Amino acid sequence: MAHFFTYAVLTSTVAAAIALSSSFLFAALGETMGQRSGVINLGVDGIMLLSAFATYFTALKTGDLLYAVLAGAGVGLVMGFVTAFISVTLKAEQGISGIGVYLFGLGLSDLLFLRLVGTPLPISQLSPIGIPLLDRIPAVGAMFFRQTILVYLAFLLVPVFTFVLNRTTYGLKIRAAGENPSAADTVGISVARIRWSTVLIGCTMAGLAGAALLLYDGIFMENLTQSEGFIAVALVYFGAWRPLGVMGGSVLYGLAIAVVLSWKSLGIIPLSASDLAATAPAVITVLTLLLVARRFRQPAVLGKPYERGD
Amino acid sequence: MPTHLTRKVAVPLAAVAMALTLAVGSSSATTRTSATSNARPSSIKVLRVALVAPSATNDLAFTESMYNALEALKVSQHLQISVSENEFVVADAANVIRQYASEGYNLILAHGSQYGSTVEALAPQFPKVSFAWGTAASTFGMKNIFAYEAASNEGGYVQGYMGAMLSKSHVVGVIGPIATGDAKLYVDGFVAGAKAEDKKITAHQVYTGSFSDDSLMATAAKTFVSDGADVLTGSSQSVVGAIGVAKADHLPWFGTQWTQAVLAPKNVVSSQLYNWKPTLIAMIKDIRAGKRGGATYVLKLGNGGEQIQFNPGYKLAKSIKAKGLALIKAIEHNKIKVPT
Amino acid sequence: MPGGDAEPPAGLAARRVGWETIILSWFALPASLLAALLLGAVMMLLLSVNPISGYHALFDGAFVGSYALGASAARAGPLLFVGVGICISFRASMFNIGGEGQLAMGGLASAATALALPGLPSFVLIPLVLLAGAAGGAGWGAIPGAFKAYFNVNEILSTIMLNLVAVQLMNYLLAGPLVDTTQNSTFGLIPETRLLPHSSWLPILIPGTQLNLGVLIAVLVAGASYVLLWHTGLGFRLRAVGMSREASNYAGIKVKRTMVLAMTLSGAMCGMGGAMLVFGSLAHRMVTDGSLTGFTGSDGFNGIVVALFGGLSPLWSIVSSFLFGGLLTGGDALQVATGVPPDLVTTLEGLVVVFVVSLEYMRRRARASSLAPASSASRDGG
Repeated sequence: MAHFFTYAVLTSTVAAAIALSSSFLFAALGETMGQRSGVINLGVDGIMLLSAFATYFTALKTGDLLYAVLAGAGVGLVMGFVTAFISVTLKAEQGISGIGVYLFGLGLSDLLFLRLVGTPLPISQLSPIGIPLLDRIPAVGAMFFRQTILVYLAFLLVPVFTFVLNRTTYGLKIRAAGENPSAADTVGISVARIRWSTVLIGCTMAGLAGAALLLYDGIFMENLTQSEGFIAVALVYFGAWRPLGVMGGSVLYGLAIAVVLSWKSLGIIPLSASDLAATAPAVITVLTLLLVARRFRQPAVLGKPYERGD
Repeated sequence: MPTHLTRKVAVPLAAVAMALTLAVGSSSATTRTSATSNARPSSIKVLRVALVAPSATNDLAFTESMYNALEALKVSQHLQISVSENEFVVADAANVIRQYASEGYNLILAHGSQYGSTVEALAPQFPKVSFAWGTAASTFGMKNIFAYEAASNEGGYVQGYMGAMLSKSHVVGVIGPIATGDAKLYVDGFVAGAKAEDKKITAHQVYTGSFSDDSLMATAAKTFVSDGADVLTGSSQSVVGAIGVAKADHLPWFGTQWTQAVLAPKNVVSSQLYNWKPTLIAMIKDIRAGKRGGATYVLKLGNGGEQIQFNPGYKLAKSIKAKGLALIKAIEHNKIKVPT
Repeated sequence: MPGGDAEPPAGLAARRVGWETIILSWFALPASLLAALLLGAVMMLLLSVNPISGYHALFDGAFVGSYALGASAARAGPLLFVGVGICISFRASMFNIGGEGQLAMGGLASAATALALPGLPSFVLIPLVLLAGAAGGAGWGAIPGAFKAYFNVNEILSTIMLNLVAVQLMNYLLAGPLVDTTQNSTFGLIPETRLLPHSSWLPILIPGTQLNLGVLIAVLVAGASYVLLWHTGLGFRLRAVGMSREASNYAGIKVKRTMVLAMTLSGAMCGMGGAMLVFGSLAHRMVTDGSLTGFTGSDGFNGIVVALFGGLSPLWSIVSSFLFGGLLTGGDALQVATGVPPDLVTTLEGLVVVFVVSLEYMRRRARASSLAPASSASRDGG
């Protein structure tokens, strides 16, 4: 245990947790927008996989990480059109269609990877950027202010999304669409248009999540996300549909992964218990939810397509 | 879903089946395109070899090393090769292995230790087919099963020893996927080598619990570095993220299974390469002589199955390289017994 | 929520339906499959593979010859178990996407049982291991059911999390307490069980094929589940809770208990599927490569596709499981013949799901217009 409570290990573990949580955060923030307007998107993991592949492929071919991230977000946006068309326009069962999108993304991303990439060379990764002055604060600087641009972006979007949801007319319309669509309809809000927009935002965010994950790993492989997209959906419930709560959940999840891994790495958790210890992030999440889930109410019409005259 | 509608599905389903049959039936019988046969002298019979592997043939690791060896031997050994990659679902792999066997392939390489029990079950049903599986030692006492394994602890030991010499902090970090097979052997060998050089060295080791979680490997590498590790190594196809950490912190990295110098030309000190060619040639020779199995081949430094490839891009002190080469010699001649 | 079945019970289906309804209801599912296959053909073209030879290989590998048919049926067995489980939970508006974990826990429980009681004769041991599998899966399904009913924890979330827990438990058990210590290996143990007792193997029904008893049991279980859902009080309660929890509560149904039961039954089905994966395999051992998919072949998700394509009816799931079992089996033949990875089949499955749920809306609308104004039932249900 002595190894863990050193300045270097503690700061590094927290810094790793923050970095790990960024891809969850992107995806979960986007999903929050959709869910607040009443749309569940369970296809996040599939979209992340496709975007991660697009990011990887673009980086491999152009060597330009900006293009790569844009490609990832772009694929997310395209999948957003597909998802919105299915969920909003065609009013399909959202949970099930999401599984379809997931399987599609899972299969297609690997199919393309195997066929289009010969030797999977690693791409250059984003280098951390120190925030002037802040990165000099002892401990805190090393934990939070020497991250990559995408990590900062993910966390910066938390107040932005909070503001949009709570303080803008657009946010009001989103909440109306998710709580009482027929009332929204009667006052002239186009529920369909609002939902289209939140799904597009959500899927673009899923695309960014895939890009962030890919750039953290530096290479693509089959099922790269390891269910991260599903976990992100779970974190939306965890965060009680509020960006700040979602951030808390993402960081907690990242922290659980990083701490367990740290303890395994330093021999604090013996090899024989290695597998059991790896269940900790999931177990902690479920147990926390047991304590808090009853206190929060989900958007009233979550997952239900809206039709006039209902 | 409306329940009453489902009753009417029978006819349409049948229609689909018919449509499929028609579509398929109307196409002329196609030849299977698996053949990659070559011009060959007529005197030597072409051996049909199938590779069934859990990961991709470009995984920069376990499967790629075997695939490249097969491709390299294709012409000289008169092979016709068929490959099924990414067969990580054991039940599906079993079907594929069964299919190759029923098509009369001469040699089927079931390239994963998780396929062993499938091979054990199938071999008696196809006595004329040679099965080979690894990494493992057991032929199950059957005459048509070869087993092959890699004594990756040997190269691990050499690289661990050199790693300890390179380490100024006396902390090294070793990362594995799950604690089994050649990955575990390599990790154990590396730790043993490092301890042989420096009794007091801290050799951290971790298994992430997954063959394919790059993020975890990278995070483990970061933890090691934060605890002072200044030499890193790892096994499995998901080490790329971890190598990225070594790159970012300008630390030496030791690779295994396949040449990893391409991943970090300035950081990879050396890689332990698996060279399956001698093993494959031996098996092919056996098969051509009418012996279909019963032998276990071990890839070692001493039989050319394993090689330590030094990366010219890394400026390794001459004394350390000399020590490494001396260790290789010693292991080749059984003067050092590497613990397993 | 999914499974929200807004339609009135089957008996209320109108006799007088419009041509739109007929077309959509007769051809929606096959059209979805055909559309997916067409897109698959386009993908093959883009990968410069002749789609006709591709599908030819796939079809041959899936349905031509007794061996292929047997393999497809054997592949369909676990799919059918999961599919039936999904039918039950979705009908009760419980969205069980924890099939992967339930399969693994069922497999582990059944393997442990067989290892603990090797001396029993087949006619005792086989039912016992299947029940053990059901119990393992039921337990793993009951947890998210209870969490949802009593603590309002969304079951999508908890089933995903329990999948992540199950994979680690599987790795721990197969490398630790359940590992085969008699392996002849100088270099460490493979994380797998001993060869399971011969008396626990699911017997092959037609020699020379893989068609085993598990397939027959899966079909019988599907039939029994149909009866359960549509001809018993319990089934009525499950479906009633699925349509409206409020109304069911008002009608005196114990809603929470029913929700837990739905997930328990669903898990039990998946668990039996897990047992079939173990005892109907060629190897007759349980082995892990460290991932859930390595054991389940993603059947926890494939089963959702099966149930959906089967119209959430256990009986139609029989047909649909055979179709997708064939596709999955044929997918491997496709790779052998053309080099197209079996991922293509996963992609196609995704497309089928998307098409089926999308067409569902048009079907509902066509029906609504042909029934109007007699029915203005809510289309959301759930």
